[in-house]
Amino acid sequence: MSIVGKSLLLIAVLGLAACNNPDRYGAGGAGGAGGAGGIDTTGLGDPNNPTSIAYFNQTVGDRILFAVDQSTLSPEARTILAAQAQWLMQNPGYAAIIEGHADEQGTREYNLALGARRAAAVQNFLISQGIAANRLRTISYGKERPLEVCSEEACYAKNRRAVTVLSAGAGA
Amino acid sequence: MKQKMRTTLRTLLALTLGLGAMGPAPVLAQDPPRIVIGPGVIEPMPIAVPTFIDEGGAGEYAAAISGVVISDLEGTGFFRNIPEDAHISKITSFDGGVAFEDWKAINSQVLITGAVTVAGDRITVKFRAYDVFNGQVLDGAALQFAGTTDSWRRMAHKVSDVIYSKITGEGGYFDSRVVFVSESGPKNQRLKRLAVMDYDGANVAFLTDSASIVLAPRFSPGGDRILYTSYETGFPQITLLDVGSLARQTLDEQEGTMTFAPRFSPDGNTVVFSLERGGNTDIYALSLSSGGLTQLTNAPSIETAPSFSPDGSQITFESDRTGVPQIYVMPASGGEGTRISGGEGRYGTPVWSPRGDYIAFTKQNAGRFHIGVMRTDGSEERLLTASFLDEGPTWAPNGRVLMFTRETAGAGGQTSLWSVDITGRNLKQIPTDGPASDPAWSPLLP
Repeated sequence: MSIVGKSLLLIAVLGLAACNNPDRYGAGGAGGAGGAGGIDTTGLGDPNNPTSIAYFNQTVGDRILFAVDQSTLSPEARTILAAQAQWLMQNPGYAAIIEGHADEQGTREYNLALGARRAAAVQNFLISQGIAANRLRTISYGKERPLEVCSEEACYAKNRRAVTVLSAGAGA
Repeated sequence: MKQKMRTTLRTLLALTLGLGAMGPAPVLAQDPPRIVIGPGVIEPMPIAVPTFIDEGGAGEYAAAISGVVISDLEGTGFFRNIPEDAHISKITSFDGGVAFEDWKAINSQVLITGAVTVAGDRITVKFRAYDVFNGQVLDGAALQFAGTTDSWRRMAHKVSDVIYSKITGEGGYFDSRVVFVSESGPKNQRLKRLAVMDYDGANVAFLTDSASIVLAPRFSPGGDRILYTSYETGFPQITLLDVGSLARQTLDEQEGTMTFAPRFSPDGNTVVFSLERGGNTDIYALSLSSGGLTQLTNAPSIETAPSFSPDGSQITFESDRTGVPQIYVMPASGGEGTRISGGEGRYGTPVWSPRGDYIAFTKQNAGRFHIGVMRTDGSEERLLTASFLDEGPTWAPNGRVLMFTRETAGAGGQTSLWSVDITGRNLKQIPTDGPASDPAWSPLLP
C-alpha cells in the first residue's frame, strides 16, 4: 500500500466514525429494518439515487447471512456480494468496513474469531471481484452487537451476518 | 449430622487419650476442627462469632468487621453462624477468660473472638479462633492485621482467610479482587465498562468509561496490571492497563489485524493471546520486556482462549480444527497440541487452575451451556452448572471456587456473575449493581 493509499484509508475510517456510525452494527438499511429503533439515517443520501449509501444499503443489499459456525458464502450471498462489488467499482469514492457478526450461541472468544472469518470471506470475495484491497477493512463484533434480540433461530439467523458499511472519503 | 460431628471429635479425642496412655501420642490428639472439601454432602460447621470488641476508637468498624467475617465464612457453604442472641455468655474482653462450656452448650465447634482499634486513619484487627471442645486456639489462628481504615474490609477478609485455611486445609480466597465488565443498555447496544470489586461484590470502582466496547479483562499474577480487549481504536485490540495509575497502552497494534483473548504468563512477563489476520486466528506470545512476538500455533482453523499452566510450561487453548471447538494442551513454546476434551458438544475457554490440578471450561451441548472442570489430561470431566448461557470461568486464588458469567435468554436477557465450588456445590449469584459479565479473579492480595 502506498503512503497516499494509507492516508486515504485513514480519512475513510475517520469519515466512517464521524458520519456513518449510527448505522453500524447493521441497525439500519435493508431487510425491512431501515429506520427502526430511532436510527439516524441522515447522511446516507437519497435511496433513489443509485450512488448514495442508502441505495447501496437498501437496493444493492449491505449484508449477507451465514449458517451456524460457517463462513462459507452461499449462492445468495455471492449474488449480493457481486452486486456490492459492481457498485463499489462504479463508485470509487467509497471505502468500506466489513463487519462480521455471530449469534449468541458460542463463547465470546470463539465468536470474535468466527466474526472475523466471516468478514474476511466477504473481503476476499470483493477483492476477487476487482475491488482494491486498500478500500476494504474488516472488523469482528463477535456476539457483541446482535441485530435481533430474541433467543430463537429466527433471530440467530439474522445475527450471523456480515455487513458492508460504506464511508465516503476515499477520493470522494 | 451436627451431633455426629461432635461425637466424632469427642470420640477421636477419647480414643487418642486412650492410646496415649499405651504409647506415643498420635498427632490426632491435636487435630483441630476440620472440614475436608470433597465429594459428598457437607453439613455446615456451627461457629460463633461474637461482635468484635472495640478496644479504642473502633466504633462501627468492630461490628462491621465481624459481620464481614461471618459473611465470608457462611458464604462458603461450609460454616453456619450461630446468631448472637443464642449465645449464652458474652465476650466482653479480648484477653479475658472464655467460658467454653457456654459455647459447647450451643453446639459451637469454633469460637472466633476479635478486637478492633482505630487511631487516626489506622485500623488494627486482632483475632483468635478457638477449638471450643478443647479450649485451645487453633494452631496459627491468632493474628493481628493493620492497615488504613479504608481497607477495613480487607482486614476482615484476612481474618476469614486464616480461619478458612486452618479449618479446610485449603488456601484462602477472600482477600482478593475481581475485575469484570459492568453492562448497561439494551441487548443490541450494550454499553460496557471495566470495573473491579472485592470478591464478594463490595467496593466497586470503574476503570474505564463506557465509550467503547471492552471485553474479557485478566489480572496479572501480581494483580497490578490488567489485560483486556477494547474497541477504543475502532478495532478490537488488546490493552494493558496499570491498575494504580490507570495508564493504558495498546499492545502490538498491527494494521488489519485483531488481537483478543489475552492472558499473562505466570511470571507476568509474557502475554499469550489470539491474533487474527485475514480471517484466520492463531495464538501468539508477546514478550512484555523485549516486545518480541512469537507465533505458537499455525493452522487455518480458529485457535483461541489460551491459558498457561501455573508452572508456565504448557498452554491450554481452544481450537475448531476438527470442525467443532475442543480443548487442547501444547508446550508453552507452541505446537499442534494434544486434544484433551472428548465428550459430546463444544468446548471452549479452558482455564488452568492456579493449583495445576484441573482445567475449567465452558461446554455447550444440546442447547445448554455448562461450566465444568476436568483433569489436565481431560479425564474426570464434571459439569458444575447448566443454564441457557454460562461461560468464561475464572479461578479463585485457591483453585477451589469458580466465578463465571450467566446470561438469561430473550430480548430482555441480562448478564450476571455467579460462583460455584469445583464440587458443584454452593452455586450463588454475586451481588452487583447492574448486569455484569466476564469476571477475572485476582491473586490473593499481599
